[in-house]
Amino acid sequence: MDKPVNNRAWLLVAPVFLIVAFSAILPIMTVVNYSVQDTFGNNQFFWNGLGWFQELLDPSTELGGRFLDALWRNLLFSAIILAIEVPLGILVALSMPREGWKVAATLVIMALPLLIPWNVVGTIWQVFARGDIGLAGWAINALGIDYNYTGDPLAAWITIVVMDVWHWTSLVALLCYAGLKSIPDAYYQAARIDGASRWAIFTTIQLPKMKRVLLIAVLLRFMDSFMIYTEPFVLTGGGPGNATTFLSIDLVKIALGQFDLGKAAAMSLVYNLIVLALCWVFYTVMTHAGTERRQEENPA
Amino acid sequence: MASITLDGLAHAYRPDPRGPQDYALKEINHVWRQGGAYALLGPSGCGKTTLLNIISGLVIPTRGRILFDDRDVTRLPTEARNIAQVFQFPVVYDTMTVRENLAFPLKNRKMPREAIARRVEEIASRLDMSSVLDRKASNLTADAKQKISLGRGLVREDVAAILFDEPLTVIDPHLKWQLRSSLKELHRALDLTMIYVTHDQTEALTFADTVVVMHDGAVVQTGTPEELFERPAHTFVGHFIGSPGMNVLPAKVEGRTAHVGGVAIALERAYPALPAGERIELGVRPEFATLAKPGHGLPVKVTRIEDIGRARIARIEISGNPAAAMVPEELSLDGDSAGLTLDSRQIHIYADGVLVPGEPAGREGVA
Repeated sequence: MDKPVNNRAWLLVAPVFLIVAFSAILPIMTVVNYSVQDTFGNNQFFWNGLGWFQELLDPSTELGGRFLDALWRNLLFSAIILAIEVPLGILVALSMPREGWKVAATLVIMALPLLIPWNVVGTIWQVFARGDIGLAGWAINALGIDYNYTGDPLAAWITIVVMDVWHWTSLVALLCYAGLKSIPDAYYQAARIDGASRWAIFTTIQLPKMKRVLLIAVLLRFMDSFMIYTEPFVLTGGGPGNATTFLSIDLVKIALGQFDLGKAAAMSLVYNLIVLALCWVFYTVMTHAGTERRQEENPA
Repeated sequence: MASITLDGLAHAYRPDPRGPQDYALKEINHVWRQGGAYALLGPSGCGKTTLLNIISGLVIPTRGRILFDDRDVTRLPTEARNIAQVFQFPVVYDTMTVRENLAFPLKNRKMPREAIARRVEEIASRLDMSSVLDRKASNLTADAKQKISLGRGLVREDVAAILFDEPLTVIDPHLKWQLRSSLKELHRALDLTMIYVTHDQTEALTFADTVVVMHDGAVVQTGTPEELFERPAHTFVGHFIGSPGMNVLPAKVEGRTAHVGGVAIALERAYPALPAGERIELGVRPEFATLAKPGHGLPVKVTRIEDIGRARIARIEISGNPAAAMVPEELSLDGDSAGLTLDSRQIHIYADGVLVPGEPAGREGVA
């Protein structure tokens, strides 16, 4: 079939090209440009080739060691966050009311943490967890447990994890709730007729039907937690020591603190690639999990 | 195996029903015979699904009792009743194979594994699904999924009745017919009570031995397809069953004559005891009204003639009242006036919508 060729069609695509160019391609190319150069300020740049990348990926160098440490911290943090928030979110969604005025009330309460700006969340918890004037910190200390998130790395980690769980579990719960609501009543009725137990209903109906929204929830929570910046920055500033210095925090330190634009650019490119690669792996694994390859023969 | 008795059953979805208007299901007494094939027929919102859910135990009725044989099951939960249900939209467990789907109700009831395997094979071969037993149920077509839902009911040996809630809604038309006849076959082979809810008269009339017609939360007639066709107990049944539906004309009855506007129609029976003050109507199915040349029978005006393939149907007016009649093949008309002959044995008189039996011709002289 012949398709009409009309070069004026390019004009229609041009606005999109322009927007994408200015919003994505040009900024990224600027970063690529920085990543192969070094600067000592004064807007003077020197060619450095792949030097920064070599240094970054070699753990024996200062930059490489720093990068690897932060990367491990990030991966550990995301793993903890997913391991807590996903099951907890499902549990909350399962126990949310299905009808009546309670639905609206629950939804509003669940949405509240999501509406608070990140830096405010950080500030709230910074005060809340303080040993002298913070309710939580004071209460824990009053129980005889030595808790000080500014001095103890473990306490700092626990505080950040609890803060993130408080902030984002609602998102997982709301997504799961939407997934649960889309299951027709007939499924539950059929399961009752088939004599299924509560657990069997969960594993055979609810979980499979929630798979799609869970995929979205896991992806969103992974990306957000892997790129977390504001809350730990406000709460601990990356400390004590470097205990909570995640990649994003380290990146800002290098770029704006030390003004090492070349190192920072190389680091952010690698960081970006890691996020993309991990998301791709997650997505592929989760969309393929449990789906049977369609057989060649037609259904009888 | 059991007969199911509905004893004074009524249901309102509001917790505090005040009048009959609050009841989704008005009082109903009925016995479903063991092994019968029943259809519950009625338009959307007439209460048929409510009735079905009460029988299966998904809804607890406001009043009345349900008995399986002599056992009162009104408040028993669904899983404790010997009931299976097939829903409007196919319900299969997506992550399981067809085999696992069929085994699921038995596994939940802790049956020994070998017995489950045997039973599943047996039912699968009955349903003609042996070849797809190891496929994922979610990859099958809608009609195959509907067969799986049915199969999950059939595997249970204790099942007394299978309820169908408009099971063919999402099935392709050419497969509907197939699935319906395999249902009939299963019914004959397994001696199960089947109750089939539908708003499609063809489905109801071809599937069931006994059709229960519901309207506005109440049962208006129970009978064989022939009875529903030949003696509709209510003008609603006349309208709802048959295509086109029964002609219902406002009439005045005197002795053995009915007057529709200025036209006098001879009746087979006399109606001496017609209640005064009620709306009296004459009903006759188009199949028993035949168009003729002008001058033969009752004078009517023809507005339109429709060719529906195997027959022609005339839209006519009898002193201003719209009606339908059959057009004989050889008849051709000039102009819009024609005659109408009626099969007088098939004319029924209704008072406020309800059939009045009338008295046989022979006794009229005595009275």
